[in-house]
Amino acid sequence: MEADLILEKINEILVDEFEVDADIISPESNLKDTLGLDSLDYVDLVVAIESNFGVKLGEADFVGISTFSDFYKLIETKIQNKN
Amino acid sequence: MSRRVVITGMGIYSCIGTSIEEVKQSLYEGKSGIVYDEERKEFGFQSAITGMVPKPNLKNLLNRRQRISVGEETEYAYMATIEALKNAKIEDSYFDENEVGILYGNDSVSKAIIEATDIIRDKKDTALIGSGAIFKSMNSTVTMNLSTIFRLRGVNMTISAACASGSHSIGLGFLLIQSGMQDMIICGGAQEINKYAMASFDGLGVFAANEAEPAKASRPFDSARNGLVPSGGGATLIIESYESAVKRGAPIIAEIIGYGFSSNGGHISTPNVEGPATAMRRALEQAGIQPHEVGYINAHATSTPLGDANEAKAIHEVFGGSNPYVSSTKSMTGHECWMAGASEVIYSTIMMQNDFIAPNINFENPDEDSKKLNIATETVNKNFDIYLSNSFGFGGTNSAVVVKKFKE
Repeated sequence: MEADLILEKINEILVDEFEVDADIISPESNLKDTLGLDSLDYVDLVVAIESNFGVKLGEADFVGISTFSDFYKLIETKIQNKN
Repeated sequence: MSRRVVITGMGIYSCIGTSIEEVKQSLYEGKSGIVYDEERKEFGFQSAITGMVPKPNLKNLLNRRQRISVGEETEYAYMATIEALKNAKIEDSYFDENEVGILYGNDSVSKAIIEATDIIRDKKDTALIGSGAIFKSMNSTVTMNLSTIFRLRGVNMTISAACASGSHSIGLGFLLIQSGMQDMIICGGAQEINKYAMASFDGLGVFAANEAEPAKASRPFDSARNGLVPSGGGATLIIESYESAVKRGAPIIAEIIGYGFSSNGGHISTPNVEGPATAMRRALEQAGIQPHEVGYINAHATSTPLGDANEAKAIHEVFGGSNPYVSSTKSMTGHECWMAGASEVIYSTIMMQNDFIAPNINFENPDEDSKKLNIATETVNKNFDIYLSNSFGFGGTNSAVVVKKFKE
């Protein structure tokens, strides 16, 4: 899957799952603060990503993930590794 | 300390109406809420008739975090609670300034557990069931969620007492307020309506057989009764001390004056006569009234052969001298199980407020026991000041609540 398509799909998932406006998401914004994620929300984020991309995220994967851009790269890498 | 305890708000989400006003109309008209559910038949039910309520739309009422933590029974309880709070004239800000408790009856979370387990079986990974599953899968799900949604800071627990859960929640709330330990408690009962929740109950072969005529299937006390009809929803009462109600200028609907409980000490599912009779006597004793002062009895009667017969014997034993009007609203609603004790206090209070006794529909022919009772076969236009509501459950748990028209 192309990086642009992955980014687009992730944004769709985030907007749908966390019920936020699409325009608050930008690559350099902070993922946690922008979406208002708490510890329980990360559980749902893992479920949403697995259901849509078939890749599994663990707690360790989120170390060092700050911005949306970081998160896109994480998912891209996971998808590449899967393939 | 012994304080007066009053009801200042009621809310209902049931198969005969999703507001107090709708339910009042259904009760007066003797309208049944029972339907045939094809999905249950395909699932393997022996009897596929049930009470049914519409799925609440909570999208604009609760935020995402709140919504993903509530299961079916809590959705119904929430709808009933917002109506009860509105009728009690309690604004959201009240909970920030006052300690309010919650005691709610619930005794199953079948759907939530089965759905989460199905995901784990399929994916072999508990990380994929989502964050809401645990909060939906515990028996205390209703109180856990409502106490969080309304930011409650008083007593907070679920009462699990089978089909007497809702009634005991009111009774225990009454005791806590009467003794001065709480000023206001949200009481009630909730019951999930889905094929998972009722499958094992259906497995006992105790559900009514008349699938061709759902509205005629639940026939408490009638000689041709052959089983109960499952049902559900949510029922909430706001109960508080008289002083609290007066202080905030609340509309006082009625006064709770007695609560009696007992346990049969016998069979797990077969009821007896002594246990229910004891609960009724204790409720009257606590209320400080004589049997003849009770104008109406809302019977537990679920439409099972033995259960109704034994309750009829118990009512006759306690109330035979005055023979007040009796009806089982389960003839219209089906058996709302964990919710029933609370919903039936609401149904009876609606009747008392509006001077009528709702009919025990489908009561066509009495049997040896029910012929001794004064069963309301049609709507009776009658003013009465005191009623008693019975609720009994598996394990032999019994509860009787006595409520009086409010007078200064």
